[in-house]
Amino acid sequence: MEKRFMKGCEAIAEAAVRGGCRFFAGYPITPQNEIPEYLSWRLPEVGGAFVQGESEVASINMVYGASASGKRAMTSSSGPGISLKAEGISYLASAQLPAVIVNVSRGGPGLGSIQPAQSDYLQATKALGHGGFRAMVFAPATLQEAVDVMYDAWEYAERDRGPVLVLMDGCLGAIMEEVTLPPMKEVNFNNTKDWCLARVDGREESHMITPILPEPALEMLNKFKGMTYKGWEMNDVKVEEYLIDDAEYVVVAYGIAARVAKEAVNTLRAEGIKIGMIRPITLYPFPKMSLDGLDYDKVKGIIDIEMTIPTQMRDDIELQVKGRCPVYEYGRSGGMLLDDEGVLSAIKEFIKEGE
Amino acid sequence: MPDYKRPKSLMPMATSYCPGCMHALATRLVADVIGELDQVNNAINVVSVGCSALNLYTWAGDVIGSAHGRAPAVATGLKRCLPDRLVFTYQGDGDLAAIGLAEIMSAANRGENFTVIFANNQTYGMTGGQMAPTTLIGQKTTTTIYGRDPETTGYPLQMCELISVLKAPVFVARYALNSPKGVADAKKGIRKAFELQMAGKGFTFIELLTNCPTNWGMTPLQTLEYMNTNTIPYFKPGIYKDKEGEA
Repeated sequence: MEKRFMKGCEAIAEAAVRGGCRFFAGYPITPQNEIPEYLSWRLPEVGGAFVQGESEVASINMVYGASASGKRAMTSSSGPGISLKAEGISYLASAQLPAVIVNVSRGGPGLGSIQPAQSDYLQATKALGHGGFRAMVFAPATLQEAVDVMYDAWEYAERDRGPVLVLMDGCLGAIMEEVTLPPMKEVNFNNTKDWCLARVDGREESHMITPILPEPALEMLNKFKGMTYKGWEMNDVKVEEYLIDDAEYVVVAYGIAARVAKEAVNTLRAEGIKIGMIRPITLYPFPKMSLDGLDYDKVKGIIDIEMTIPTQMRDDIELQVKGRCPVYEYGRSGGMLLDDEGVLSAIKEFIKEGE
Repeated sequence: MPDYKRPKSLMPMATSYCPGCMHALATRLVADVIGELDQVNNAINVVSVGCSALNLYTWAGDVIGSAHGRAPAVATGLKRCLPDRLVFTYQGDGDLAAIGLAEIMSAANRGENFTVIFANNQTYGMTGGQMAPTTLIGQKTTTTIYGRDPETTGYPLQMCELISVLKAPVFVARYALNSPKGVADAKKGIRKAFELQMAGKGFTFIELLTNCPTNWGMTPLQTLEYMNTNTIPYFKPGIYKDKEGEA
């Protein structure tokens, strides 16, 4: 294991290479430019290919083509670019091709701002593209977690044959932290994966990869995918539960917001307030059980903290709380950052309201 | 002796193209050349959207469907990962010259080492005959019912002319499939393009002038004459760029 002090975007780029990524296509957009910059020289070092696409639309379609070869392929962007990639992400889902997409998100909507935000939660978890498919969405809160998530992202993408989204924000992309880098994965690309066009050895029959299907086949595929998504809820939820056993107030936050919120939780605990935090690491599948399973005889309020206004995770939270206690929300937006003071005083206000 | 048997790259079934449609002929030419070059198990057909997508159901070799206009991007990713495969896109004029203009020009400009087969019939056949970027001035379509008016819709895009001014492409040529000579020349052109790709020379572009009896509102025979008097004078067949030939 190798320790390095790295910038977020570069750390996940290196983790991708070590996780077996051998193709990247992308288009410049702040705040994720260090990912393509890093991979432009790093991928050729390991026999991979880097293409700077003419657009996000072209880039995601390059990933679609590369993935069909059986090689591990990825792209990265930020909100405005992810919107453009929506077409290709939907096609990946339809053609059942694995790929990893990174969104280092910024203020929105529109061109928005280039400063960090968490304004793409709904896009990520509900509709990454047209047609009603879902993708697993990982939302790391530290660079080590981001490295670990990237390293294993293709395992999920290939297991279930579809796109996987890593949702970061501009803060995580830009900060520097110490990370432990995992070893280089040995990935055999000349295998006989039955879904790819690259069955070089012992290949006997041709293969078709298609984003269009006859109606009964498409319905079958959608039913099958529906069962796959149910399976994710059973088996693949990742969540951090922090001090919730005796909690009267529970903060729900992910990514960078969770780091700020955790500081507030620790401060309030020191003041004797029984408060804890649920931090979804997978935003989809959402950690339903963690919220549904709280002891609502004890819990007086749920506090949703996100770096976006209005908050977007709230609907998912309320579906689990089912009216058993009030749900409060606090956020900053447009590239304005959450800070310790703001989060702490907001939580105190909600607690005062709840008592 | 020419081989008149069904090429191995085509399924033993009827195509679903309309009677008299030259897509069937164009596909047949590509499949013939792939057979002659012994590339049946090595070729990958990157299919686009439109009538060309019907290739998905009749192509017997490796085939991948792509989004409207994005075939050159898909082929870029595929060929970069599988440099030894013979990769080609098969695209119509709406796909290539309208929604996919950025992808085709950029792939050509990068000199990607794959071949583009461009079937230009001057209309959107699959969606019912709307104006294409290549629709001729005065030509009637379902969105230009009085004929294409350059005042509001501009002029038909000449893709060979556009692509041949780029530095990277190695072979750019246009053929008309409405005569035996045109068909024979087209086959030679396709073969040359594939051979250049197999030699790793770079981007090759073959435009095939085709028809659309259904949406032109003509019999197949009438389309042959229409192409002589209308299409060919504007979209002039010929070799627009031959880098290897010049060298």
